[in-house]
Amino acid sequence: MIFLVMGLLIGIATIVTLLAITESMSRDIEDRLDRFGANIVMLPASKNLALSYGGISVGGVNYQAVEFDQSELAKIRTIKNSQNLGIIAPKILGPAKVNEKDVLLMGAELESELALKTWWLFTGEPPVQPDDLIIGSEAARALGLRIGDPIELAGRPFTVTTLLHPTGGPEDNIIIGELSAIQGVLKKTGKISMVEIAAFCRGCPISEMTLQIAEKFPNAKVTALKQAVMAKMQSIELFRSFSYGIAVLVIFIGSLLVFVTMMGSVNERTREIGIFRAIGFRRGHVMQIILLEAMVVGLIGGLSGFALGNTIAWAALPIVIKNGTFAGINLSLGGVSILLAIALSLLASLYPALKASKLDPSVALRAL
Amino acid sequence: MQKNLHLIDINAIGKDYMDGGTAVRAIREMDFFIDDGEFVSIMGQSGSGKSTLLSILGGLNQPSRGKVLVDTLDLYALSSEQRADFRSEYIGFIFQSFQLIPYLTVKENIKLPMAITSVKDREQEHRARSVLAKVGLDNKGDRLPDQLSGGEQERVAIARAIVNDPPILLADEPTGNLDTHTAGEVMALLTQLNRDGQTVIMVTHNPAMCAHSNRTIHIKDGVCLES
Repeated sequence: MIFLVMGLLIGIATIVTLLAITESMSRDIEDRLDRFGANIVMLPASKNLALSYGGISVGGVNYQAVEFDQSELAKIRTIKNSQNLGIIAPKILGPAKVNEKDVLLMGAELESELALKTWWLFTGEPPVQPDDLIIGSEAARALGLRIGDPIELAGRPFTVTTLLHPTGGPEDNIIIGELSAIQGVLKKTGKISMVEIAAFCRGCPISEMTLQIAEKFPNAKVTALKQAVMAKMQSIELFRSFSYGIAVLVIFIGSLLVFVTMMGSVNERTREIGIFRAIGFRRGHVMQIILLEAMVVGLIGGLSGFALGNTIAWAALPIVIKNGTFAGINLSLGGVSILLAIALSLLASLYPALKASKLDPSVALRAL
Repeated sequence: MQKNLHLIDINAIGKDYMDGGTAVRAIREMDFFIDDGEFVSIMGQSGSGKSTLLSILGGLNQPSRGKVLVDTLDLYALSSEQRADFRSEYIGFIFQSFQLIPYLTVKENIKLPMAITSVKDREQEHRARSVLAKVGLDNKGDRLPDQLSGGEQERVAIARAIVNDPPILLADEPTGNLDTHTAGEVMALLTQLNRDGQTVIMVTHNPAMCAHSNRTIHIKDGVCLES
């Protein structure tokens, strides 16, 4: 019986470990996605097609500077899934001349922007004053700018306070300043070029949210940056399917183990069953004994397997995922594991129990 | 009319086994009775059919022909489950080689026949203590069977057989595994139980043991030779 408990324990522990790791991985990735940047982008709808690919623009069609009114942005917070909205980061974009060179200016609510772009690394202090500027690494190199340098934009004095480290993204080439100040420089007070939105996407319907926002802004093109999310979720789903596959296999092997052990146990205990029958036990009583044993074995195997599985998942997670943390004990998984172990043990013992109950007492006693 | 007064009435029973396609006649034909309160020995050589007869008497082995009446009840007209209830109520088995459950304590082994009855826990405890005292093992109830001597294990087997106070005790070679002294003690215990009112039917191949019984039925080649 000890081997039977061990078998069930290992089986349930394997299932619990795999499912707990999958769940933790899934949560970890969702958390990272929540932390790392926007997953919805709102742009003004354009009738023209963009003639650029991979950062190379072939010109011909100029970007039509269509903008939103900043005052309308409050409507975003009125969508049905507004509780899933995290950061809303509006921006104004426009060209400017610095040191005789054209450069793209971006005005943003810097607190929101920095909260959204957690991967930005910089030298110097984060901007505090409206005339403080962040300079992208490529722009700083091309314009020969350093921290503390003064810049004049449309006649207004600004100071470089922050230098961005290279990110490989579009921000490498731009100058970023406080939204209202840049709106003033570009003469677009109260206007917004685009909005980046971070939605907490664990279980939230990102596609639906996109549609909800689009309904509020008929002139906007609202896009969900789903590719990255989908790719990561797909790999998790793949692992989840793999885990379920292994779980089914383990259940099958576990059932066979219980069946073979119980059959062996019934064969070994022919004599004992003979004694039970001789002293007046009915067939039902013999079945009860075998099934009760199976239930106890299932309960012990399920409980200890769940405990062991969680322990392994807790210990293994930091190895499986860098900086990964255990998602915590899932009590419903515990309930399911224990019920599964009991059901598996009972089902696999049903035939052996039936066989035991049908043992002819005279044949069983011949072994006496 | 006279026959119906017997506790057990064996009517022309026979038992055939199939052994690899060959019919083996274990009991040719037997006809005898046992009265309430008797101590009967069934004696015969190994293979004479005496253990088969005992299992038929205990409702464990359906005869190929004939009837077994116990208290006028046609035992083999009952269903298998009804016969299980009959064994629980009427029969106490004392097996060859004790046949105790090794992982249960002495007291748990003794309580086993009561597990399927409606006897309450407190009453079960009381009865177990009472029969332990009767077989002289008052202070060994918490031991496991393998911590006891052969004679003591036989006493536990007897205690288990009588705990439900069945009217019939069936003993299969109860002294077969015991030394002469211990065998004498066990026979004295069975005699005492018989004196207390229990009908005892004992299978043995040892003529010395028959001296304790009121009557001996000799069996040879599946045929009963009344003593």
